[in-house]
Amino acid sequence: MSVGEAVREAVQTPQPEESLSEARIAYLERLVSQAKVASAVFTQFTQQDVDRIVKAMVLAGLEQAQYLAQLAVEETKLGVMEDKVIKNMVAMEFTYNYIKDKATVGIIREFPERNLVEIAEPIGVIFSILPITNPTATALFKCIMAIKTRNAVIFSPHPKAWRCCSEAVKIMYETAVKHGAPEGVFACLESHSLQDNAYLMHHKDVSLIDATGGPSAVKAAYSSGKPALGVGPGNTPVYLEKTADLNTSVVDILISKTFDNGTSCASEQTVVIDDEIYDMALRKFSELGAHICNERETKLLEQMVIDPQTGFMQPMAVGQKATDIARFVGISVEPSTKLLIAPIQGVGREHPLSAEKLFPVLAVYRAKSVEEALKVCVNVNHAGGLGHTAVIFSRNDEIVRKFSEVINAGRIIVNSPGSIGALGGVYNDLVPTLSFGCGTGGGNSTTDNVNIFHYLNIKRLARRTQAHMWFRVPNQIYFNMNAVENLRQFPSESTIIVTNPALEHIGHVNTVRRCLSPQTRVHVLVIPDAEPEIQIVKQGVESLNSYQVDQIIALGGGSVIDAAKIMKLLYESPDADLEELAAPFLDLRKRVVQYPTDKIHQTRLIAISTTSGTGSEVTPFAVLTDKKRGRKVTLADYSLNPDVAIVDPQFVMSMPKGLTADTGIDCLTHGLEAAVSTYASAYTDADAMQAIRLAFKYLPVAYADPRNEEARCMMHNAACIAGMAFSNAAVGVNHALAHAFGAHFKVAHGRANALMLPHVIAYNAGVPTKFTPSPYQSGYVAHKKYALIADLLGLGGRTVEEKVKKLIAAIEQLLDQLDFPRSIADLGISHAEFEKAVPELVKIAFDDPSWRSNPRMPLLSELAELFWKAYLGRGLAKAAGASRQQSA
Amino acid sequence: MEAISTWLNIDGNSVVLALQAAAEKLDVAPGEAVLGFESVRRIESGALQAMQEFADIADEKAVKVVLRGVNVEVYKVLKLVKLTRRFSFVS
Repeated sequence: MSVGEAVREAVQTPQPEESLSEARIAYLERLVSQAKVASAVFTQFTQQDVDRIVKAMVLAGLEQAQYLAQLAVEETKLGVMEDKVIKNMVAMEFTYNYIKDKATVGIIREFPERNLVEIAEPIGVIFSILPITNPTATALFKCIMAIKTRNAVIFSPHPKAWRCCSEAVKIMYETAVKHGAPEGVFACLESHSLQDNAYLMHHKDVSLIDATGGPSAVKAAYSSGKPALGVGPGNTPVYLEKTADLNTSVVDILISKTFDNGTSCASEQTVVIDDEIYDMALRKFSELGAHICNERETKLLEQMVIDPQTGFMQPMAVGQKATDIARFVGISVEPSTKLLIAPIQGVGREHPLSAEKLFPVLAVYRAKSVEEALKVCVNVNHAGGLGHTAVIFSRNDEIVRKFSEVINAGRIIVNSPGSIGALGGVYNDLVPTLSFGCGTGGGNSTTDNVNIFHYLNIKRLARRTQAHMWFRVPNQIYFNMNAVENLRQFPSESTIIVTNPALEHIGHVNTVRRCLSPQTRVHVLVIPDAEPEIQIVKQGVESLNSYQVDQIIALGGGSVIDAAKIMKLLYESPDADLEELAAPFLDLRKRVVQYPTDKIHQTRLIAISTTSGTGSEVTPFAVLTDKKRGRKVTLADYSLNPDVAIVDPQFVMSMPKGLTADTGIDCLTHGLEAAVSTYASAYTDADAMQAIRLAFKYLPVAYADPRNEEARCMMHNAACIAGMAFSNAAVGVNHALAHAFGAHFKVAHGRANALMLPHVIAYNAGVPTKFTPSPYQSGYVAHKKYALIADLLGLGGRTVEEKVKKLIAAIEQLLDQLDFPRSIADLGISHAEFEKAVPELVKIAFDDPSWRSNPRMPLLSELAELFWKAYLGRGLAKAAGASRQQSA
Repeated sequence: MEAISTWLNIDGNSVVLALQAAAEKLDVAPGEAVLGFESVRRIESGALQAMQEFADIADEKAVKVVLRGVNVEVYKVLKLVKLTRRFSFVS
C-alpha cells in the first residue's frame, strides 16, 4: 500500500463542483479549454513533427535530471537524490530508446497477410495524477508519452510534490512549445485539492484519466465513469530459491530495496528464503551492510513503522534511510547500515512487517520446502500486492514456471532487482515505464507497463479478405460402363461389401466380388434398404471389427453409402461421438467440433453408387435418421469422403422408373442449389452447370426409356458431378425444407425436393428480406445465376426476370414429364394435417444446416410460406380457394 | 434584407490577421461572408481563437459565415473544438 493509504481511503471522493468557487471553476475550465484546443491542433502534426519535439524534450530532461532530483528530495523529504537522478534519466533515456522508432501518428502497424492496418488516433485531453514517491521522473515520463502520441495533459501533482512536479512539467512544456508543440499542451494545477481532481475527472472534455498515486486517487479515477489508467498498490514477494546464485541475488536485493530508500512500489517487501541457504543468505546480507534484526528489534519495528490500527506503513518512515529508521525505532546499528532485515514467521495482520514497506526495511521468512515458500509468496502477493510485481531468484526453470503460475503479478522479475527490473529496459526487455498496471487484482484495466500505446486510440482498418476456398473430391473417380473392373487394382486382405437385400438379390454383389483379387477375403454385410439408423450402423461396425477389414465397398444408393461412411468413421475412431459430430456449424473450417484424426484402423472406402441422384459416392456428407426426434441428422466432414468412387451405369440399368425420377430430381436440385450457393465458385459452377445440363437432357430419356444406356450413363455421371458441386458449394433452403417435410411425412427425398423446387427458385430469385452474409460472393447473384442456367439450357427470354420464369417453367415441365405429384396436397395430405405440422416443420427446417449457404437467408415466416406454396402447388389460386373452403 | 456576399481569401500564413481584417469588413457587408480557406493547410491555437471571435462578431451582425475549401485536417480540428457548428462549409 502506498503512503497514507488508510487515511485516504477514508476520504470520500467528492462530487464535481462540491465546494468549488466560481473563480476556481473558471480557472479549471480555462485549463481544459486550452488543453482541448491544443489537442485539436495537435491532430495535424506529423510523425516527424512529434519526434523532433520529443527528442528536444528528452535532451532537456536529461540536462535537468539532477536539478529536478534535488528539488524532489528537498520538497518531499523522501528518497535518495542520486537515485532520483537515475530515475529521471531512465524516464528520459530508456523511454526515448523504446519509443524513438515507434510509429504513433497515422499508420502505426500493418498486417498485410491479414489485410489489417492499425492507425493511431490521439486521445485528446488527459488528466494525470502525479505521485509523491517518484514525482519528477513520472512527470517527465508522462510528458514524453503525451507528446509522442499528440495528446494534451493537465497534471495534478501530489500536494507535497507540487513544486518539483510543476518545475518538471514547465521544463517539458517550454521545450515542447519552443520546438513547435501547440500552446496549452501541458498544464499543471497551481494547487491541489480533491475537489479540483474530482471536477476534472468528471469533465466532459477530459478523455482519459491517468492516475499514478495512492489507491484513493486510483479508485476515484476508476469511479469517475471515464476511461482510466490507474496503477495499483504493491507488496512484492521475493522467492530466494536454493539454486539461486546467492552472491548476485543478495546484491540485487540490496540494490533494489535501498534504491531511492525503497520508495518504488515494485521494490522487494518480503524475501522467502529456502531453509538450506537461509543462514548463508543472511550472513551475506549482513556482510554487505544489512542489519539483521533480533526478535526484540523486529518487535520494535513492527510497532513503530506499521500503523497498528490500519496495518499499513507509517508515512513518516516512507523513503527514509535505514539508519534514520533504526534511530527512530530505537535500534542500535552501524552507521553504514543500508537495510534493516526483520525475520517474520508468517504473513498477515498478525505479522505487521509482511505489509508493504516503502522504506529500507525488508522482511525475511525461512521456508522448509518449495511448497511452503510458494504459499508464503502467494500470501504476500494477496496481502496488498495483487497484480503488481514479484521477484524470484532461481536457476530451476520448473520452479520459476510454477512461481509465475501461482503468483498474480503483472511483472515477474527473474534473477534481477525488483524495483529497477520492473521499470523495464535496464535488466530485462520489459517496456520502460514509471507506471505499473496491476490488472484486475489491483483494480486496474491493464497489467502492462503503461506506455505510449495506452495513450492512443488504435483504429483498425480491416479490408475485405479474399476468402480461401477449396474443391475437395475423392482421390479417384472411375466412370462409364464396367468401371467396376478398376476394383482389381486395390489390394486388400479383408474386404466387406455393404449393400442392401435387393442388390444382392439381382446379382450386383457377385459382379463386384468378381472384380476383387482372389487373395482378398470378402464378406458381405446386408443392411435394410432405408436411411441408416444408428443401431444398424453399430451392428455394421461390429462386423468390420470381427473381420478386421482393410477395405469397405459400399454398394448401393445414398443410404448404403452413408451407412458405410459412418461405419468407417466408428471403426477407425470408436470414441467418435455422433451426437457431438452432428453439432450445428456455420463455417466448415471454423466449426467447434473436430472430426477425429486418431485412428486405430486404416481403411479404404470405395463407393459404388447404384442410383443416379445422391452423389453420395463423392460427398463428405452422411445422413442418419433420428427416429426418436423424427428428423434427419446430417454429418459433414471431408474425412467422410470415400477414397474411391466408381460410377458404373451397369448398376443403374434396372433402376425402377419412380426411383429414376426421384433420384434424378435430387441430382438436379443439387446442381441448382450449388449454383446459387453462397459457397459457389468457378470450380463448383462448372460442375453444377454441367450436371443441370445433363439432367435436363437425359433424365426424361432415362425415365421414359430405362434401358437407354447413354441416358443412364449420362444421368449417372450427372449425379456424381452434381455431388462434386454441392460437396464444395453445399446446398440450400430447398434441402432444408425437403429434409423436414420428407422425414415427417415419409416422402422420398427426391420427391420432397421436387415439391419445393419451383417455389424455392422463385423465392431465391426475388429480392431477399435478409441476405445471407457471404465473404465468398460479390453482390447478390442468385437471379443472374438462374438466368445463366436458362441460357445454358437454351430456354430463351430477354431479361433476367424472363429467364428465371422460363427456368421455373422448364422445371415444371420436367416434373410433369416425370409424373410427379405437383403439390403436397396431391400426396393425399389433408389441409388440417399439414396445417398442424407446419409450425414444427418450420422449426426443423430452420435448424437444418442446409440453408446456411442459401443466398437468401430465410425467415421463419418465409419458410412457412414456402411450405404452403408447396402444399398448394402450381394451381395456387384454385387450391387456395379450395383450402379456404375446407377451413371454413 | 437582401443577402450580400463578401468574398475573402484567408492567407494560410497569417490566419489571425486575415480574420481580423475580415471581421472589420463585416460592418459594411451584412448578409453572408465567404472565407476562402484553400491556402490554410494547418491551423494553430491562435487562429482558432480568432475564428471563435470572428464567429461571435458575425453572430452579432447576423452575418452568415461560409468557409470555402477547408481541408479535412483543418475541418477535424474545427470539429474537435466544436467550431463547425458556427460556420457553413462549401467545397
